[in-house]
Amino acid sequence: MMAGSFLRAALLRSVVFVICATMLAPILIVMIVSFSGDGYLKFPPQTFSDQWYLRFLTNARWVGSLWNSLLIALMSCVVATAMGFLAAYAMVRGAFSMRKAVMALLLMPLIVPHVVTAIAIYFMSARFNLIGFKPWIALAHAVVALPVVLIILQSALKAVDPNLERAAMIFGCGRAGVFRRVILPLVTPSVVSALLFSFLISFDELVISLFLAGIRSETLPVRIWNSLMLEVEPTIAAVSTLLIAATCLALVIEWGMRRYQEHRFGAKA
Amino acid sequence: MPLGPLAKWLLLAPAVALLLVLFLTPVGWFISASLMELGSWQDIWDEVAAVMGTGVIVRSIINTNGISLAVTLLTLVIGYPVAYAMTRARGLTFTLILVCVVLPYFTSTIVRTYAWMVILGRNGIINQLLLGMGLVDEPLQLMYNRLGVLIGMTYVLLPYMVLTLFATMKSVDGRLLQAAAGMGARPMTIFTRVFFPLTFHGVMAGSLIVYILAMGFFITPALMGGPDDLMMAMLIEREVELSHNWPVAAIMTIILLVITLSLYAVYTRFSDSSEERLA
Repeated sequence: MMAGSFLRAALLRSVVFVICATMLAPILIVMIVSFSGDGYLKFPPQTFSDQWYLRFLTNARWVGSLWNSLLIALMSCVVATAMGFLAAYAMVRGAFSMRKAVMALLLMPLIVPHVVTAIAIYFMSARFNLIGFKPWIALAHAVVALPVVLIILQSALKAVDPNLERAAMIFGCGRAGVFRRVILPLVTPSVVSALLFSFLISFDELVISLFLAGIRSETLPVRIWNSLMLEVEPTIAAVSTLLIAATCLALVIEWGMRRYQEHRFGAKA
Repeated sequence: MPLGPLAKWLLLAPAVALLLVLFLTPVGWFISASLMELGSWQDIWDEVAAVMGTGVIVRSIINTNGISLAVTLLTLVIGYPVAYAMTRARGLTFTLILVCVVLPYFTSTIVRTYAWMVILGRNGIINQLLLGMGLVDEPLQLMYNRLGVLIGMTYVLLPYMVLTLFATMKSVDGRLLQAAAGMGARPMTIFTRVFFPLTFHGVMAGSLIVYILAMGFFITPALMGGPDDLMMAMLIEREVELSHNWPVAAIMTIILLVITLSLYAVYTRFSDSSEERLA
């Protein structure tokens, strides 16, 4: 009986270890390969160098796509977070008879395949000559980022005690004051999370960009896609590593914000 | 403070307007305008019948569902033990498992797909290893076929399954398991009679969400699949980009939407806090 449960635990542990290693391996391999000094993809690399990063940074088309992505993601995350915040506040504090219907509508872009959303927006954009217009692409990305922002901010706002808002109002604070002095400080970490995650969603988005980017606004993922169609070149490993680094950075900032907030307010916000 | 009805709708207005202008209107317009191109209702119906009788299209619908089902089962079998281990792990072990799940989750799909192409390609890492050890004489075909699609999609969708299962398993009351053990139930019985039934709605929610997302997959199968792995999303893209056949794309879109949205309706039944789970 004891030996049996020990064996079972050891088995579970090794299975989980193998799965977790397999989850992480592809990401680590790409990062290692990106520093390869060899002429083609070899693992493990025989020599190391920064040649693929140099090739990326000296290629105007790659760098241009990086700027396009950054610009679009920046616009998109601000729009998505602002709209998502207002909507989340309305959902949390408003009395709703059709809450479920509104929520189902707002979450729809998560469920509807991106190809459908992409082609539909493309169909409309072509008529208004909006293909390649960056603010338009940013708005399209905001559509798919909005549900995630809404989920994050809704659960954060639910945790804010309405009595705090009531107390501030009794002491003569206006709506704007309540928002700035009570609500915002309490949900700042979640607003940062929402900004970070919506930034990542836009920065990594491929399918919508594929249709809307045109030649003018090729984004980084579209550039990777176009280049993958030709060959699996190691420059993509360098670009991928930069994208992975951006993801790690976002996750670390998010985690740090949460720790700071817990430390400051002594409770999980 | 409770909000008045006017304030409530004013706050919702920007988000709702965004979805109206860039989601509902385009989808509705694209479908209706494309179908209208065909002419009368009779013509539309004839085209639908013709589409449903086309071999390529029928095969893509079967492929899509077959691949989605396989990926769902794979993520469930692989994800269940990981989610279980997460509920048991504490401290550093928990953090490590979480990183292994969350880092891929937030990494771009195209990057994750590229990573597997580096591993599985003809000159990829696995083939280099196998050739180097002399186990095979020529490179194995690990990609550009069904195997590649399943590996890639399972990898991309696994985090959704693990996180959904974890959310359910975390809420299982450990005292129930102790009670079962105290009354002499063997570990296997505790699992099949207590733990699994208590996590069943999580299994359903996770499976449905993975199936729904897999149905709409485009990037991974397009890059890692072969000619026989044409999925519906790829076919829709092809009809638009290559053939400029908008009516067929619209009909395929309707079929895809009907399947995914009805599965989503079932999904909402299995998870009352569906909103939180998706994040």
